[in-house]
Amino acid sequence: MPAVQETIEHVRTLDVDQYKYGFETHLEVDKAPKGLNEDIVRLISAKKDEPAWMTEWRLDALRRWVTMREPTWARVNYPPIDYQELHYYAAPKMNAAPKSLDEVDPEILRTYEKLGIPLREQEILAGVEPSRRVAVDAVFDSVSVVTTFKEELAKAGVIFCPISEAIREHPELVKKYLGTVVPVSDNYFATLNSAVFTDGSFVYVPEGVRCPMELSTYFRINERNTGQFERTLIIADKGSYVSYLEGCTAPARDENQLHAAVVELIALDDAEIKYSTVQNWYPGDAEGKGGVYNFVTKRGDCRGKNSKISWTQVETGSAITWKYPSCILRGDNSRGEFYSIAISNGFQQVDSGTKMIHLGRNSTSRIISKGIAAGRSENTYRGLVSAHRRASGARNFTNCDSLLIGDRCGAHTVPYIESKNASAIFEHEATTSKISDDQLFYCLQRGLDGEEAIALIVNGFVRDVLQQLPMEFAVEAQKLISISLEGSVG
Amino acid sequence: MSTEAASTLPAARLFPAEERLVEHFRNLKPDLPDDESGRLRRDAAIARIERDGLPNRRVEEWKYTDLRTLLREAAAPAPRPDARVAETARADARVLAELEAVRIDFVNGHLVAAGDAPAGVTILPLARALEESHPALADFDAVEVARGNALIDLNTAFLGDGVIVHVSAGRQAGAPLHLRLVNRGEAPFATAVRVLVIVEKGAALTIAESHEGDVAAQPNTLVEFVLGDGAKVEHVRINAEAAGALALSTVTAMLGAESNFRSVNLVAGGSASRHQVFLAYGGENAHATVAGVTVISGEEHADTTLVVDHAVPGGESRELFKTVIDGDATGVFQGKIIVRQDAQKTDGRMMSAALLVSPGATMNNKPELEIWADDVQCAHGATCGELDEELLFYLKARGLPQAEAAALLLQAFVGEALELVSDETMREAMNALAVKRLENRS
Repeated sequence: MPAVQETIEHVRTLDVDQYKYGFETHLEVDKAPKGLNEDIVRLISAKKDEPAWMTEWRLDALRRWVTMREPTWARVNYPPIDYQELHYYAAPKMNAAPKSLDEVDPEILRTYEKLGIPLREQEILAGVEPSRRVAVDAVFDSVSVVTTFKEELAKAGVIFCPISEAIREHPELVKKYLGTVVPVSDNYFATLNSAVFTDGSFVYVPEGVRCPMELSTYFRINERNTGQFERTLIIADKGSYVSYLEGCTAPARDENQLHAAVVELIALDDAEIKYSTVQNWYPGDAEGKGGVYNFVTKRGDCRGKNSKISWTQVETGSAITWKYPSCILRGDNSRGEFYSIAISNGFQQVDSGTKMIHLGRNSTSRIISKGIAAGRSENTYRGLVSAHRRASGARNFTNCDSLLIGDRCGAHTVPYIESKNASAIFEHEATTSKISDDQLFYCLQRGLDGEEAIALIVNGFVRDVLQQLPMEFAVEAQKLISISLEGSVG
Repeated sequence: MSTEAASTLPAARLFPAEERLVEHFRNLKPDLPDDESGRLRRDAAIARIERDGLPNRRVEEWKYTDLRTLLREAAAPAPRPDARVAETARADARVLAELEAVRIDFVNGHLVAAGDAPAGVTILPLARALEESHPALADFDAVEVARGNALIDLNTAFLGDGVIVHVSAGRQAGAPLHLRLVNRGEAPFATAVRVLVIVEKGAALTIAESHEGDVAAQPNTLVEFVLGDGAKVEHVRINAEAAGALALSTVTAMLGAESNFRSVNLVAGGSASRHQVFLAYGGENAHATVAGVTVISGEEHADTTLVVDHAVPGGESRELFKTVIDGDATGVFQGKIIVRQDAQKTDGRMMSAALLVSPGATMNNKPELEIWADDVQCAHGATCGELDEELLFYLKARGLPQAEAAALLLQAFVGEALELVSDETMREAMNALAVKRLENRS
């Protein structure tokens, strides 16, 4: 069955030529020369005032990277990237370490204002809505310009700061955890990131603390011919809880921009991390010119017993998305979740999915993925679920649906399901009929037809997840959830 | 993706498997009975293997089955058996012995006897077709998505013997055909048999294919079907090879408009196997059902790989695969449904279910969809797990001992796929083989 009109209209409002964040901010910038070599890596490390061990860590990554080959297995096509033609460091010129917002370049503040990101704590407090407060780390090209609510968080013992600051201030934590989830030479883009990462957020939630507010990072690429390589490291110590959100936009430019981030999450015993993303990088114009190449490695490690990591992503931007937020379910009874809505338009290419690697006993995971392709885009779900020998009682449920709007686009599903344990129960389905016979029966009995009932059940489920996104993101995400499942194909 | 990528890389280093194969090919070549085009086909196929190397775990389509490792001990092709050996082998053949059928017998990969073809059916030895450059040879390699496949290349390079079956338009073959492939001997050897089945417009055929023997052979069979409009074919294949055998097999089918194709495969023998099915929809509103049952244990490895290519509107496909894995065995299912831009109103459903009945068992499932048309219905499902405790409990509560209850559930599990065989004798024979395999397990 073809897509219904309502869905088509919703997707149209997200089409590439409707991109609202394509403006550019004019600033004086401090840029590294083009190219990538040991000197550039040393320069980045010096700019960040890093200790020697960190510089060595980066150089080691660079030496490995030059021996690696760019992967070709994903279903994306793009001309070869000239890694020597990029600036690996670009920062707005400003006073070293602004003490308050008043010292931050007003141009930058205006940019965030235009993007609707609240940076002034008092404004947030004075907001009409007595809504939930959100601490924001604002990353502009290669540097973090401001991090809000730091003092209040510190009172609870939560560390929330740019990673460059953490390397200086909390080296013991960084040394202990950095690169333990995504090893330096994990893959081509992660290795590149390890060599040249500039900024990103660092979060440490101590034992037993429930983080008092949502944390978020807003990434903005502004400069021409730069790449953004941020690195985020989140550690939830025993029994703690944190919810973290990430948003991203970039100006509309004719040339492609490179974004290669690494995100590492670590959940110890009984801890829970919720990571949400609204990815809205510039997708390129209607002819497929320009746009961000988004090659991201995101991985969470449920290291402790009863730990839980949940990924939620709403993907609408980027010319190319290559992204597989994953969970290593190492702890017994640990739980991984992945909820994704990926919408592609124009000439966008999305190859995204997840990996759920069950190592611990009774670990459980759930994957819900909805891919919607329109225009001439291609949308691929690629996911791995695996159970190792000792993962007794592991359980996974996967449901992925894709929808095509028009006949010039493609939707693909490439699941890998590998089980080495007899008591692991894995179910993968793209048939909507098996969601839950009970629920379905209930709806049918109330007079809904099958299609309506299925849409209601699945949408209800996804909506539940999306409504947990904080206000800033919820508005955008809410638009997407009204998209009907009607006409979806496995 | 990966195969394309692989072919752009510089010439692969030759591993022991490729070196052996190239050597066997050189030794074999002077004795081959080809015409010019046959020679060219062989040379091109072996050249591809030399250039790209055999597929291995780094090649996406072979991620779970490393052909380079499996063929490390690639055996030389078997010579034609003498008449006495051939006669004994035929007389001792057990699989589907009770089936009333026209038999076409291969011993060690060589055609040794063929019964009288029923009315409307022609059975032509492939050697003769090659000598005569028979026009039917134009129907070789009809299915595009199968081209360049390593097993087909190996079959083409080492082609020893085969047969062409032709059913005239509108004719219903009165009796089923039974391709009986028996391997007899002491030392391992390889075979390469190719069968082309052309079923013209409105015709119908039932054909069984059985593989058995007493030697750790390395058979490679390629069975190609070309169905005319409205044609109907039912195909079953039984792998009851001896322990140690490495069974490589490919089935392709080109489906005419409104045609109906059904193929059910049973893996109940051999130590390692890869069974490939490539279906292409050439005419509108064709229907295909492809099913399989695999029962493996010990260190065995069984791979089923399926590609269904919907290129025209209205095609319907149903796939159901059941795998029972015991011991330290590994099961693999890779299925891919492609729906091209023009294939509107396609309805494709694919299901793979696996039961792991021992702590050492492994199952790898990869059910893929590649969709380019917006008005289609495609679904796939994949499950793996152990026997349902609740069902076991129910049966035990009814007085059945644990072992019997488990056996009953396993039989029911594989039975669902075998039920798709419409010929009763074949279905029962397959069921009996599966049950025996399940019993030997426990």
